Amino acid sequence: MKVILKSKQIDEILDDLAGRIVSEIPSGLDIAIIGIRSRGEVLAQRLSGRLSKKLGKEVPCGTLDITLYRDDLNSPQGAAQPQVRTTEIGFDVDGKIIILVDDVLHTGRSARAAMDALIDLGRPKAIKLAVLVDRAGREFPIQADYVGYKADAKPEQLVQVFLTESDGKEEVTIE
Amino acid sequence: MALIRKNKQFKWHRKHLLGLRELSAEEITYILDTAKGFEQISTRSVKKAPPLRGKVVVNLFFEDSTRTRNSFALAANRLSADVIEFTKKASSVSKGETLLDTARNLEAMGIDIIVIRHNAGGAAKLLSRNINACVVNAGDGFCEHPTQGLLDVYTIRKIKGTLEGLKVAIVGDIAHSRVARSDMWAMTKLGAEVIFVGPPTLIPAQVNQLPVSVSYSLDEVIEKVDVINMLRIQFERLGGNPFPSIREYSHYFGLTVERMKRAKPNILVMHPGPINRGLEMESEVADGTNSVILDQVTNGLAVRMAVLFLVNQAAAQKD
Repeated sequence: MKVILKSKQIDEILDDLAGRIVSEIPSGLDIAIIGIRSRGEVLAQRLSGRLSKKLGKEVPCGTLDITLYRDDLNSPQGAAQPQVRTTEIGFDVDGKIIILVDDVLHTGRSARAAMDALIDLGRPKAIKLAVLVDRAGREFPIQADYVGYKADAKPEQLVQVFLTESDGKEEVTIE
Repeated sequence: MALIRKNKQFKWHRKHLLGLRELSAEEITYILDTAKGFEQISTRSVKKAPPLRGKVVVNLFFEDSTRTRNSFALAANRLSADVIEFTKKASSVSKGETLLDTARNLEAMGIDIIVIRHNAGGAAKLLSRNINACVVNAGDGFCEHPTQGLLDVYTIRKIKGTLEGLKVAIVGDIAHSRVARSDMWAMTKLGAEVIFVGPPTLIPAQVNQLPVSVSYSLDEVIEKVDVINMLRIQFERLGGNPFPSIREYSHYFGLTVERMKRAKPNILVMHPGPINRGLEMESEVADGTNSVILDQVTNGLAVRMAVLFLVNQAAAQKD
């Protein structure tokens, strides 16, 4: 197992992501951040804090549970039995630019599920995808708009993100 | 995503929900936690999610029902399943077809989940042993009505935070009540203390073998309890004369405005429906600020979605 990102680097990456989002999205448009459970939720909160500071206004932040939209629910080889948790989005998504946040972009299946879940809540003006780590292994035609770090991982390797709020430590590993 | 689940080793493995007696506190809690995630489906713009897409749910009801049948149908619809409504009157049961034959024929059409209500205790269990589809008990005889028990504890937990240490009175026709039994199992497993209250004629004979205490006086318990669940007098099931008159029953066991004055200020008033207004409960109480009767119905939908989802998940993993 190798640590590829440490706490300080994760911080810098989030600063950088926030900077790029602010510079690319025209002011005047409503931005909201939605994290995919579980680690995307933590990252989304951190990003919304940074964006709120930069924009001088509160950027709303929510959490999306995608379990009901997974494509492996009825397949016996579906890995772990997923637990359904709550989606907590306390604002209207209609007309907003939604920045969807996840920890790792790998197969693209979570992002697909998240988009389906999101449009059942309303009609955002646009959905953008921001991820802390991008790695090879896409199974769907999906790419992120904002990538924090590109990890060079072989198919059999596992890229894991650990965050203080959810895991008690802060690092990204590859094994 | 896979990481956080490592901490949560619990895995739901039942493809049938037959009763709450056989469930552990952990399993009950897991259903309640899962149900939380389904609540928001009913409040958002698209009131539908896809997890049961392509699955068929049969509502196999041999007894009348408003709440339970519609709640199951809507729950299945909101999870994108197709629903077949079976009623005894409009079926070949009136031509003498047996329960098992009926179920097997439905199964031959390729159904996935049977939701069954039957006047015979054990009907759901019988089905579960003889067919491959998932079976969910929607009430069997006087035995169990597990989803009602679940939605009752869900409602209490949502408002009170926990069942632990609460005193719950279940009042009325205990003898004929599958709701009382399912409530009792769910509530005691989650740490509440249950008191059955009613005239001796409506308390089951073997009650001393159940994890409850018994009182024959509502006036004695009304001040002590945190939750009171008023059961319906089931006139259609009563044989003989369990009490001298409706007025007398109401006088001793009805939840009146007068009695409510002596109750804890934040007591939860529950009723599984349908209410005989003025008999087990005065209308002012049924519609009063302590009443959570309609919350029960709303929560029932989320709980039933969770149950349908979970049994289907268990079936998918086993195949």
